[in-house]
Amino acid sequence: MHEDPLRAYAGLVGRRQFLRAGMTGLLVISLPRWAVARPSLDEAIRTFTGGANVLDGRVRLDLPPLVENGNAVGITVVAESPMTEDDHVRRIAVFNEKNPEANVVVFHLRPRSGHAMVSTRIRLATSQVVVAVAEMSDGSFWSSRASAIVTLAACIEDLS
Amino acid sequence: MARTLVNVPKVAKQGEVVEIKAMIAHPMETGYRIGPNGSNIARDIIRRFTCTYNGEEVFSADLFPAVSANPFIAFTLVATTSGTIDFTWTDDAGKTQTASATITVN
Amino acid sequence: MHALWRLAAVAVAAVCGIVSAAGIEDGEKRSGFDFMAPATQALQADDMSNPGMLWVLQGEQLWQQAQGRADVACSGCHNDARQTMRGVAARYPAFDAATGRPIDLAGRINSCRAERQQAEPLAPESDALLALTAYVTHQSRGMPITPATDARLARFRDNGRRLFQSRIGQLDLSCASCHDDNWGKRLGGSVIPQAHPTGYPLYRLEWQTVGSLQRRLRNCMIGVRAEPFAFGAAELVDLELHLMDRARGLLIETPAVRP
Repeated sequence: MHEDPLRAYAGLVGRRQFLRAGMTGLLVISLPRWAVARPSLDEAIRTFTGGANVLDGRVRLDLPPLVENGNAVGITVVAESPMTEDDHVRRIAVFNEKNPEANVVVFHLRPRSGHAMVSTRIRLATSQVVVAVAEMSDGSFWSSRASAIVTLAACIEDLS
Repeated sequence: MARTLVNVPKVAKQGEVVEIKAMIAHPMETGYRIGPNGSNIARDIIRRFTCTYNGEEVFSADLFPAVSANPFIAFTLVATTSGTIDFTWTDDAGKTQTASATITVN
Repeated sequence: MHALWRLAAVAVAAVCGIVSAAGIEDGEKRSGFDFMAPATQALQADDMSNPGMLWVLQGEQLWQQAQGRADVACSGCHNDARQTMRGVAARYPAFDAATGRPIDLAGRINSCRAERQQAEPLAPESDALLALTAYVTHQSRGMPITPATDARLARFRDNGRRLFQSRIGQLDLSCASCHDDNWGKRLGGSVIPQAHPTGYPLYRLEWQTVGSLQRRLRNCMIGVRAEPFAFGAAELVDLELHLMDRARGLLIETPAVRP
């Protein structure tokens, strides 16, 4: 079995904090390319919105506060919208704070969706913040954030 | 062999909002894992999911490596007319897998 | 290095409180399902979102596919699995007269392939073998585990019990050290379950796929830093015999979901 990169990534965060104490130079050398390159949560959201203002409200992200295994975390996003031709949700995007990539998923909805409600299962490398952003048909953006504590399994498989 | 599981109500009233669930067997290999020989395991994910209702696209999703293995997506649709609801999953190589279900609207 | 392992063993022993030997009292027998978070329980409970069902569905298709030089499908002999396989997994492993040994369900599927279908065996942990095993076991879902009473199994079951209670590996722990004596307590963030094999093959979130009881047993052996038995090893089937006896009366859940 292969080493789980998410777990390796989770371990890395701890190491990073340790190194930050006085070995910043080493830190940069020791991190893989993606850990340095990944945009921050806010940068990723800005890319999605094109820099538009993001308001709080009208959307709710459900995320379990305590996660048994970060490999499959059930989430549901609900946005308040009549879902008519004139007033509907166009897109719902989900972003994370600490995975190797900030993007999780982007859903494209239409008035024929009926409700603006989507569920899926996502990976969380470690305890972190997750943000859902809804884009309305009037071009406004609304967001909801939640955080989860991810516990690690006691018994993991061998790496050979 | 297509390994998909979709759930569409067999019957719905016109205008009713119905819940759709779709799942496919896929490792969603992130590209960030290291294999036993020390080299990266190549990324291999479902990149896009689409749902069409009598041929018209009604829902879609762009997936990234943070979506769990064996991706599961649930969403809603307005039942308009009887017909076919088709699902398509497209992977990194552009290969597609499909599933479909029929719905009777009255 | 050896001293370090000793230290680790002492640390784990301290965490587990090895001195207590409560065991599982009558009426306390509980499936691993009961120890899971509500979100994980919900994942198992809904067939439309339980990823293990993908393997069950694949197994249903494979059941009807002609295989091997005999060009015959499982259904060619066993007809509709929903009737003919109902309750079968609840009494496995069974005694196999041909080898004079117990055989587990995956072993039976491969022996059927060899003898009846004249096909190559399916590899351990291959999707096809897991799918067929999951499909057959799924036919017993909701039925209580009722181990086979065949007297010829007794000495293998006894060996399984002995293995369950034998300390192994650099951490010097037995299965019983955790799952009899310390179930319900925590090892790291995880609750230690009673280790009843009610839902195999099952979807483990840690694996991100479906796996067999043998994979899980090998995991545990690696966990205590022991050399694991090979897939298909006689010892693993003996252990399964004991585990099924120990789980007697609990309901089959396949495909279960576990963290």
